[in-house]
Amino acid sequence: MTSNPLRDPRDRRIPQVAGPCVLVLFGVTGDLASKKLLPAIYDLANRGLLPPGFSLVGFARRDWVDEDFAKLTHDAVKAHARTPFREAVWRQLNEGVRFVPGEFGDDAAFDNLADTVAQLDAERGTGGNYAFYLSIPPKAFPTVVQQLKRSGLSSAPEPDALGHRPWRRVVIEKPFGHDLASARELNSMLDAVFPPHAVFRIDHYLGKETVQNLLALRFANTLFEPIWNRGYVDHVQITMAEDIGIGGRAGYYDGIGAARDVIQNHLLQLLALTAMEEPLSFSADSLRAEKEKALSAVKIPDDLAAGTARGQYSAGWQGGVAVGGFLEEDGIAPDSTTETYAAIRLGIDTRRWAGVPFYLRTGKRLTSRMTEIAVMFQRAPHLPFAATDTQELGQNALVIRVQPDEGITVRFGSKVPGSAMEVRDVNMDFAYGESFTESSPEAYERLLLDVLIGDPPLFPRQEEVELSWQILDPIEEFWATHDKPEQYPAGTTGPASSDALLANDGRAWRRL
Amino acid sequence: MLIDLTDTTTGDIRAALTKARDQLGGPTTGVVLNLIIVADETSQHDAVRAASQAGREHPCRVLAVIARDPRGESRLDAEIRTGEGAPGQTVLLRMYGPMSLHADSVVAPLLVPDTPVVTWWPGTGPAAPSASPLGALAQRRVTDAAAASVPGEALAALASGYRPGDTDLAWTRATTWRSLLAATLDQQHGEISGGVVIAEEHNPSADLIAAWLTDRLGVPFRRDVSGGPGITQVTFSSSEGDITISRPDGRNATLTRADQPERYVALHRRDAAELLAEELRRLDPDEIYRESLAQFAAGAAAQGS
Repeated sequence: MTSNPLRDPRDRRIPQVAGPCVLVLFGVTGDLASKKLLPAIYDLANRGLLPPGFSLVGFARRDWVDEDFAKLTHDAVKAHARTPFREAVWRQLNEGVRFVPGEFGDDAAFDNLADTVAQLDAERGTGGNYAFYLSIPPKAFPTVVQQLKRSGLSSAPEPDALGHRPWRRVVIEKPFGHDLASARELNSMLDAVFPPHAVFRIDHYLGKETVQNLLALRFANTLFEPIWNRGYVDHVQITMAEDIGIGGRAGYYDGIGAARDVIQNHLLQLLALTAMEEPLSFSADSLRAEKEKALSAVKIPDDLAAGTARGQYSAGWQGGVAVGGFLEEDGIAPDSTTETYAAIRLGIDTRRWAGVPFYLRTGKRLTSRMTEIAVMFQRAPHLPFAATDTQELGQNALVIRVQPDEGITVRFGSKVPGSAMEVRDVNMDFAYGESFTESSPEAYERLLLDVLIGDPPLFPRQEEVELSWQILDPIEEFWATHDKPEQYPAGTTGPASSDALLANDGRAWRRL
Repeated sequence: MLIDLTDTTTGDIRAALTKARDQLGGPTTGVVLNLIIVADETSQHDAVRAASQAGREHPCRVLAVIARDPRGESRLDAEIRTGEGAPGQTVLLRMYGPMSLHADSVVAPLLVPDTPVVTWWPGTGPAAPSASPLGALAQRRVTDAAAASVPGEALAALASGYRPGDTDLAWTRATTWRSLLAATLDQQHGEISGGVVIAEEHNPSADLIAAWLTDRLGVPFRRDVSGGPGITQVTFSSSEGDITISRPDGRNATLTRADQPERYVALHRRDAAELLAEELRRLDPDEIYRESLAQFAAGAAAQGS
């Protein structure tokens, strides 16, 4: 396509708007659809980022007509959208809302879907561009993907006379398999139908403002990069703590556990972004190349018993509420060995990071909900103060708070006012949440728009998924052949073995 | 927290601001901007309200400069509002007597250091914003040609007095239209030979859109007059037929192009807070505005001669 003279890189007011397209959503009755996806679509429309003619097709096993799906969407938008509800925006969106009822295995339903999108092309000028969002359990992927192929929906027609070819994209959510073998299987199944660049794997953490800001922090400033290495950094702690239990996800969670659920994707992605070298540019390829290099340099502990920890929450008090233990949850076998807490120590074999441990931990039913990356610096090699003056001085730290209260904290020593020289730790805070929350888009908004525009830097590629499983698989195998996870009371900071993991190295976890 | 200071000094105001911050637990820590509003008693209320709404996205210290009777003794009254459900702080500065001619000397000591300064004239602004004392303090100067008695003349004056960092809310109002127009031309289209922008008679945003299209596409865009509200239609004449976006009611627009279905688009007019929030998002010189403004001035001069 020839360049558009109305677009100019200097014109920063005009946002990039997705081209005409249809978003086909599988799993519209799920929680994610009504809490995140549908509101995000409305918010995009409200910000003027969706093109005229944009259409949304829902597919589900419901005896519904278009209006029923429109109502579901309307209710979801009213309840969860970030931006104010505007009748005119809703009308624009509503005109393109369609619903196709059917089972995933039903040929007729998919033929109906193919007719529906073809009709939208004719009625609303969506130009044959389709994105398929699979917000469904992974076991249904093969059926749906095969149906997309059979009905001809997955293959884009040949380029027209002007060389313009419509696009087809598929969006999948984690989990991307449950080990290396199953991840490869999933990929080869997708690969047979969609080319690699058309597969968008959503890790919603990567759509978060702070995570993208990590790149700005590291590579747009001179202040941090010189000390971002083993010469200054003592260790790094990456934490994702949740205060909730497994809720209604027993079916999914049992047999998966905390490490597969969180470490494999979110925490290893955060580790890659923290540890990687500077990419040549922020293009998808350069960014992924650096992330892949960092992930392939990751080394797991030689002694897996000492270098990892796992636990299961038992009954206890969380935030003033008495809650049951994991083994008492509905749908969980009383002898389940699935872990709800996992901690591991990883090394990164590069010149930058040799000898600097990266501690990763995640768990459910912990003291509080928070996700952060804490870069802990070495103590000053010499303190020209009396030992008593610096008794309260800890390690300098740079903490990137991912959620809640997104922001950055720098922790350093400062003199306590008074006649004595006494140094104590203080915080310097930058808070996104202080006032930017109202304008910062939800992660899903950003990611959905990127899918529709076709901009992939924030989506992990298959290589990264495989590398992550290569890191985790030996640990999972070790755990499978060893004792049961250690119990920790709900509302605490995790099992004792996890604290021992750091204590053995002369360190301690940051308080949750 | 509201603090009223009558017949005061900038030193006292600073002390009061610091005290308010300590008592409220530090609401200035997140301030990213100083926003100077140059208003009179009638326009200050709406302007300050818009600024505190925009302040949710861009927490700022708002310094509203309100000139009172220039005769008589110099006197400074200040009204400090902080922590009233919005981040940042607002200081209303009422200046009496000759002091009102030296407002910059009052404002300068009250700016948060290390933080950019934006000056906004919600009413009739100076022809050369950067030459005015309060404009000289700022790296971004926001006028509003639509508030002038003859907006076209105001735009022409702004064009001749332009300095990098100037911008105008008439241009901000054009963004939603420009965004839709750019998206329209993202699609395949025939060769464009010209077009027309139709709006109310005195609509500087429409003037700027026509100038922008003329400048970017290198073909003439006419400016026609309708009953409004605001901008009602933009049409591209192309070798494959007309492409038209029409918005007769100020809210709902339709996109029509040859042999394609008509499409409906929401295109609402934004309020002052939204405009200001967009304006504060970027503080670097807006070159596209400069070029469009220059194009408009050149067109107006050609018509006049």
